[in-house]
Amino acid sequence: MSGKGGTGKTTVAAALALALADEGKRTLLVEVEGRQGIAQLFETQALPYEERKIAVAPGGGEVYALAIDPELALLDYLQMFYKLGSAGRALRKLGAIDFATTIAPGVRDVLLTGKACEAVRRKDRGGRFVYDYVVMDAPPTGRITRFLNVNDEVAGLAKIGPIHNQAQAVMRVLKSPETAVHLVTLLEEMPVQETADGIAELRAARLPVGRVIVNMVRPQVLDAADLELVGSVPRSAVARSLSSTGLGGARRGGHAERLVEPLLAQAEEYAERYALETEQRAVLAELGVPLHELPLMAEGMDLAGLYALARNLRGQGVS
Amino acid sequence: MSRRPEPAQDQDPVREHLSPARALEIDPLIEDPATRIVVCCGSGGVGKTTTAAALGLRAAERGRKVVVLTIDPARRLAQSMGIDTLDNTPRRVKGIDDSAGGELHAMMLDMKRTFDEIVEAHADPERAAAILGNPFYQSLSAGFAGTQEYMAMEKLGQLRSRDEWDLIVVDTPPSRSALDFLDAPKRLGSFLDGKLIRVLLAPAKVGGRAGMKFLNVGMSMMTGALGKVLGGQLLRDVQTFVAAMDSMFGGFRTRADATYKLLQAPGTAFLVVAAPERDALREAAYFVERLAAEDMPLAGLVLNRVHGSGAGRLSAERALAAAENLEESRIVDQPDGKAGLRNSPDTYGSSESPARNVTDGGSPATEDAGDAAPEDEPTTADGGRSVERLTAGLLRLHAERMQLLERERRTRDRFTALHPEVAMAEVAALPGDVHDLAGLRDIGERLAAGRAELSGTP
Repeated sequence: MSGKGGTGKTTVAAALALALADEGKRTLLVEVEGRQGIAQLFETQALPYEERKIAVAPGGGEVYALAIDPELALLDYLQMFYKLGSAGRALRKLGAIDFATTIAPGVRDVLLTGKACEAVRRKDRGGRFVYDYVVMDAPPTGRITRFLNVNDEVAGLAKIGPIHNQAQAVMRVLKSPETAVHLVTLLEEMPVQETADGIAELRAARLPVGRVIVNMVRPQVLDAADLELVGSVPRSAVARSLSSTGLGGARRGGHAERLVEPLLAQAEEYAERYALETEQRAVLAELGVPLHELPLMAEGMDLAGLYALARNLRGQGVS
Repeated sequence: MSRRPEPAQDQDPVREHLSPARALEIDPLIEDPATRIVVCCGSGGVGKTTTAAALGLRAAERGRKVVVLTIDPARRLAQSMGIDTLDNTPRRVKGIDDSAGGELHAMMLDMKRTFDEIVEAHADPERAAAILGNPFYQSLSAGFAGTQEYMAMEKLGQLRSRDEWDLIVVDTPPSRSALDFLDAPKRLGSFLDGKLIRVLLAPAKVGGRAGMKFLNVGMSMMTGALGKVLGGQLLRDVQTFVAAMDSMFGGFRTRADATYKLLQAPGTAFLVVAAPERDALREAAYFVERLAAEDMPLAGLVLNRVHGSGAGRLSAERALAAAENLEESRIVDQPDGKAGLRNSPDTYGSSESPARNVTDGGSPATEDAGDAAPEDEPTTADGGRSVERLTAGLLRLHAERMQLLERERRTRDRFTALHPEVAMAEVAALPGDVHDLAGLRDIGERLAAGRAELSGTP
């Protein structure tokens, strides 16, 4: 799940994880940017670098969450392959871990995607997948292709060695039909533009584009016919109408009369926004990707809102 | 979570707190010749770039010679400023009012190019070519974590040392977290200058000081381990890169330190940009604390996209009740009673149902009503009906606006209660995006006014 900053991709990722956990399924929600956004959303304490259950979905499904710490992931990984022990500590002391996870080309991203892919492929003793779905709250649209594709790049840079092998294995999972990159957007020009650019980049890199989810869609209050009337309606008629419901006098200077201009001004702003939104919807429709809309949670996001969004996604058949 | 019921009287005293003393005065700040750098920081999607551009334009039109350094402007905004091509040098922006003698220049940061320029400026041509062609360098410079932040700060240092402008306005990169842009220059600087680099260079330099002997054991183990992980060939690329860059390392650290000091200097002003939303303000609070901890001079908070209403005295509840009243009278008029198609009013605002299904599913009913009604009210039936319908819509729209206003006010007040020392300028929301100079000028005026009492008629 990616999206421009501020579009609510963490929220939508969490809602999707909940929606997918329907009917006894188990999903893992992965955070890679160290922001602890998932913990905030689920109103729990900061997540450690370990998978833990954070929610039960209606119907008995479970949502696990994991905040991947690239430093620990690298140590993990070294331990797994080399039993490094004290050398691992020495590496850490010298700043090598810091080096490898923040600066070395793409190693950080390889580790993050690698850990997620490991969870995707993990099976229990009975040979069943441990997680039915893994949802990643990924980096923003502007960086997503690079982030996912970094494995290709690293595989090219490190032509042999375990990083090379790991990078190739990750790319196989990411480019498989079992992966979908969903993009979250708002009905505003910049996020829509970024979504279009992001899709083009993903396609160029042969990464599977999933759906576009338009988040925070405001309810329609006035329709086209209303908006047409806004320009032509006699002010006095609106004033009379307001007055008839007890909002004061309709005469010049009366309470109701004084409301007319500000209310119509608000309607004009609404009209302008409505036109912009219509325009952006048209741009999105041309992308050739399934579109879904989620309503604006006017009261701000909370746990109840998250479950409502999950229900909504399920209702739209996204899960 | 944001809607914890608070006692109503809680809010007013807090609001009283917002005395004009803590209003952020933009014009004195950007007009003061002592102000040489303005840094706009904040989380993504709050209008940082637009704020930076609007400040730059306003300062230029008030007579200053300004350069705006943007990181990732919206395409149309960049086009309107003539900086949509990446050439990494400031371009003069045409079409501004230069009657006060000011100039506006703008540029968009090209990360890789900035890095290349540093290399070219500090190495002889042969060595520069070796560095620029190194695959490790190419990945590093094309945008791994921290590089963008570092290069933004590097560019700022360059612009400042050219001393061609009175005022530099900087937009900061949309970082993963608030920390990045302050940390990254240091981090990259210390990486390029650090112990690890020495270790990587070690094979070439072994046999130096006797005291290093003990460390050398660790080093060969290190390079061995790194080699295993990264693959020998990548490690060799890194080593070649490091060897070629060796002469420049001291420079990196020095530059990072110099930029850092420049940011702390009295001529610099930080503006934290936010929107009146919980997450954005939480991030803003974090920035404020962080800047204070680093001794960075914070000028204040710019609160973008604040809504207002010209009819603020009509409460949301009152407006909703009136809207229902109007709609009910229409239902009564409908001969075939299709009121059932309508949402019951109390579901308004719930997430599952749009506020007025009337407009989607129910519009045929409304038309029916229009057709059937003339016998009852022969004079103004049709017009009167649609006016009532419109009026109800206007009232619902107003109720929505008032609820939004109330929420924004609560969010803002929470921030103010936590950080009463931070001066604040509110910028009224515009219905659309800004992508020309006129729009930027408008934002600049709103910034300078500092109060979002009225949004509404532009």
